[in-house]
Amino acid sequence: MGIFVFIALTGIFMALPVVYAISNAFKPFNELWLFPPRFFVRRPTLKNFRDIFIIMSNSWVPFSRYIFNTFFISIAGTAGHVILSSMCAYALAKHKFYGARLIFNIIVLSLMFNATVTAIPNYLIIANLGWIDKFWSLIVPAFAAPLGLYLMKQFMEQMLPDAMLQSARIDGASEWKMFWIIVMPIVKPAWLTLIIFSFQGLWNIGNTVYIYREEMKTLNYALGQIIAGGIARAGVGSAIGVLMMVVPVLIFLLTQSNIITTMSTSGMKE
Amino acid sequence: MSSITTTKKSLALLDNKGEGRINGIIRELKNSRVSYMFIAPYLLLFCLFTMLPVVISMFFSFTYFNILEPPKFVGFDNYIKLFLYDDIFLTAIKNTIVFALVTGPVSYMLSLIFAWIINELTPKIRAFVTLVFYAPSISGNIYLVWTIMFNGDSYGYANGMLLQMGAISEPIQWFHNKEYILPLVIIVALWTSIGTSFLAFIAGLQGVDKSLYEASAIDGAKNRWQELWYITLPSMKPQLMFGAVMSITASFGVGSIVTNLCGFPSTDYAAHTIINHLEDYGAIRFEMGYASSIATILFVVMILTNIIIKRLLSKIGDA
Repeated sequence: MGIFVFIALTGIFMALPVVYAISNAFKPFNELWLFPPRFFVRRPTLKNFRDIFIIMSNSWVPFSRYIFNTFFISIAGTAGHVILSSMCAYALAKHKFYGARLIFNIIVLSLMFNATVTAIPNYLIIANLGWIDKFWSLIVPAFAAPLGLYLMKQFMEQMLPDAMLQSARIDGASEWKMFWIIVMPIVKPAWLTLIIFSFQGLWNIGNTVYIYREEMKTLNYALGQIIAGGIARAGVGSAIGVLMMVVPVLIFLLTQSNIITTMSTSGMKE
Repeated sequence: MSSITTTKKSLALLDNKGEGRINGIIRELKNSRVSYMFIAPYLLLFCLFTMLPVVISMFFSFTYFNILEPPKFVGFDNYIKLFLYDDIFLTAIKNTIVFALVTGPVSYMLSLIFAWIINELTPKIRAFVTLVFYAPSISGNIYLVWTIMFNGDSYGYANGMLLQMGAISEPIQWFHNKEYILPLVIIVALWTSIGTSFLAFIAGLQGVDKSLYEASAIDGAKNRWQELWYITLPSMKPQLMFGAVMSITASFGVGSIVTNLCGFPSTDYAAHTIINHLEDYGAIRFEMGYASSIATILFVVMILTNIIIKRLLSKIGDA
């Protein structure tokens, strides 16, 4: 019984800030500046959400442009990540060839450090490729994120029956054709997991050292600009925060059971 | 392994009898060319954006480099300067260790405990509770709401409540007062840290063979804790390993959350981490050689910590 009280209390602690943000997003201006402050909204209004568009219509770049940029980067980066990681994971999990083990061990090792560590060389590489102020600078590195490959390889190793691949080979199917027609449908839970991980990372990209042109900036960057506009923007800031949160949370909600299935094979050997 | 590749391989070995070893290897590589084509695109990008940068960073750490001029070799100067003359770096190390020692293990244990309790719930409630715990880690900048709750004026929720109760007489500058900065940032970091390892633990617990519990009851397991230590945790050891790697990497990676909550730099560097220090020299002062030596130290520390913790975890259920 005590255990359920504990989970209820921690659950409330986890949920409160989110509930507060949602509540703030619907507060009319006078309720944001009450003393003592009130947690829940009394007379909810959509004004903060409308204000986003009013504030943004005064900016150099139409708001829809930030939305497009963020969707474009997130979708393109995620699609490439899922396809390239799955191809590589398939070969590492189900083919036997020189170097397969070594390559996988190096990728596992790269899970053990944070990307900030390589930020400086990455900047120089991107600059030398001529990708400053190009979406490629954000999209292409996301293709080769190690976590997605790791999860996909573990899943394929344990969930793809060899016998099925075998009989397809005997029927004369090419590896490429098998990959798309047999492998990918079976590992659907894994690529749904890769989608949520990759998408939420890209979706939340804010200010980056690769993009300087205003019309190529992201939604999260625009959010930062509005919040930086001062305390008077607290309501609008919360409204954008809530909008930003909805997309990844919705994707997670729809794919949750698949993610747990994928995680069941995520284990690491000593 | 697919037996068709094995057959191909053994055929190749038969053919090889008369040829040299090198020819055999070349033949082997040729036979696997489809496999190499499958891994090539990913591997190329992985080398370019992950492996190569690690090597370049280590190289730059022994140079003076400001991007405008070519790098100049300076030996161990950067490292000597860091440890002997850079007081802020030492502060950053201290803060990073505090973050790593607190958020890392606490978030790991909480994820495990939450997953363990959630496992007892019915599937529908379980799905909902999972979302509640996991949502903060994927919600991007929503943690900025903490700056509204702990706003420095009396309209902030925390200040408002304390003022009304009469606990304080004037509002507290939560994120700019060096007494509160570190604990507050740790709380917010913990709040966002119930992530990938949490999901892995839920899956790991669901995969434990239920018949093992009955067997252990017959063998005389006395209580739930014994059951947890001897049956549950050993059964999900691979997930525990994976979760540890995720938690360690995340706890050493605390950086942008500090900047977003406290500004840059935080008051008196009270929450300045190695990552913040790295950003300071890399993105603001353009001392790339110096910044690279910071990055290299962080890299080595992360890898070593991971290896040590994995060693420790492999002992679970032994005694």
